[in-house]
Amino acid sequence: MEQQSVIDIQKVSVNYGPIRALDEVSLTVNEGEIVALIGANGAGKTTLLQTISGLLTPAGGKIYFYGEDITSLTAEKIVRKHLIHVPEHRQIFTTLSVLDNLHLGAFHHYRKSGRKEMEENLEKVFALFPILKERQLQLAGTLSGGQQQMLAIARGFMSKPRLLLLDEPTLGLAPIVAAEVLRLIRELKKEFGTTVLLIEQNVVASLKIADRGYVISHGKIVKSGISQELLNDKEVKEAYLGQAIS
Amino acid sequence: MENFLQFFVTGATIGSIYAIVALGFVTIYSVTKVINLAQGEFVMLGGMIMFTLVSRGLPYWVAFFFTIAIVMVIGWGMEVTILSKAKGADPLSLIILTIGISIFIRGMAGIIWGKNPVRIEPFTANESINVGGAAITPQSIWIIIIMLAVVLALYLLMNKTLVGKAFQACSVNPIAARLMGINPRKMSSFSFVLSAILGALAGLAVAPIMFPAYDMGIMLGIKGFSAIILGGLGSAPGAVLGGLVIGFLESFSSGYISSGLKDAIVFTCILVILLIRPSGILGEKSVGKGGL
Repeated sequence: MEQQSVIDIQKVSVNYGPIRALDEVSLTVNEGEIVALIGANGAGKTTLLQTISGLLTPAGGKIYFYGEDITSLTAEKIVRKHLIHVPEHRQIFTTLSVLDNLHLGAFHHYRKSGRKEMEENLEKVFALFPILKERQLQLAGTLSGGQQQMLAIARGFMSKPRLLLLDEPTLGLAPIVAAEVLRLIRELKKEFGTTVLLIEQNVVASLKIADRGYVISHGKIVKSGISQELLNDKEVKEAYLGQAIS
Repeated sequence: MENFLQFFVTGATIGSIYAIVALGFVTIYSVTKVINLAQGEFVMLGGMIMFTLVSRGLPYWVAFFFTIAIVMVIGWGMEVTILSKAKGADPLSLIILTIGISIFIRGMAGIIWGKNPVRIEPFTANESINVGGAAITPQSIWIIIIMLAVVLALYLLMNKTLVGKAFQACSVNPIAARLMGINPRKMSSFSFVLSAILGALAGLAVAPIMFPAYDMGIMLGIKGFSAIILGGLGSAPGAVLGGLVIGFLESFSSGYISSGLKDAIVFTCILVILLIRPSGILGEKSVGKGGL
């Protein structure tokens, strides 16, 4: 059975000046999936997410979101389609309160869906992230790193994502906190069927929560497959899991 | 004692004007990181357009709101026709652009209204009220009321509405704001509109006690600018505080020392305060990391 593809990226290339950051990258994410994009630093992972969310414009190729061509739309317009990017380094609004941050997540659809729906969403978020409820009046910048990351994801969820792009959600977090964040992402999928495209440096952990994975290297997709296959793949093991082949 | 009270009221009046002008600076700065050096021209336009409308026979309060609307359109026009066209220019270049705009507006004003000061009636009858030996003009009270109303309105707008929060979000982290669907361009236009309204209000309020002329914007702009530097660049409470401090310094030093020396004294005090607190009295707060 053909699954509905949420995002369909076809041969997208991106240049930074003379440097080719992405070279004809193709990738699809289906509804309800968590897909992990793994690769070394500078392989083009963040570039790809920024291209999808409209912060960068591709030099070639097409991006389809639920069948609609969004290649040349601006970031603000793409958000309105509920394609939500939670950027690297969290990027929360540090001098605003936790609650304000969450409210701003609903900014783009507030006028359409109104206050009641925003409050309902807020309840869902608080149920999933109780710590944020406790600290809702605190300035976001005073949260710990893990809490800030949860806030960033929660803020993304407030945008009612049909696709959530997560850029290194566990970067700089203690292992136990990182595990908690990944568990919450899994939870989001289970509870709300949220579709997620995830970038991670922590290859094992991300492949464990993901359904499928892509491996990107020097701006090219070099491998793709079911998570379990990738975890057992010789080359992946060698390149990213630091295990010598015995 | 009567003198003290008199100087105090004068200081609060003129300080309130500076505070409103300074809030105009902060509004634009916080979103765009541009210091709009044409801010003083908004104030001048407020006074001069009011004069024209009233002398054309428009009722006072109708003219009042028309003036605000016209200045607002000018502020908006300045943003969309000139500043937003300079896409990608860094704030410094944009600041220099605002200097050019300010010279242009002042020049046009000189041609339209001539070089002579004009007179505008105060809001209400001009009988001074005697309080403890100090003569207080009703216009002073109006100015202080307008300043308080502006502060309250801005506070409510910025902290109680989603648009206000989006506005703050743009200033904290423009890229993350875009990812929330907030358009920084629109917010930038909005900040110019808001700041033009503030400028026009300051001009309308001060016109009856100041005899506005085409070049009044320079002086008020510099004082308002000093107020934001003194209060802490980017801080709205700091702008109000800075404005009032400068107002009081001016009024007391011209009262007790010498009116010829007042500007020298004011700027010396500002320099001393900035040497002690280089980021201003209420410098921009920064909390933790996360906004990398």
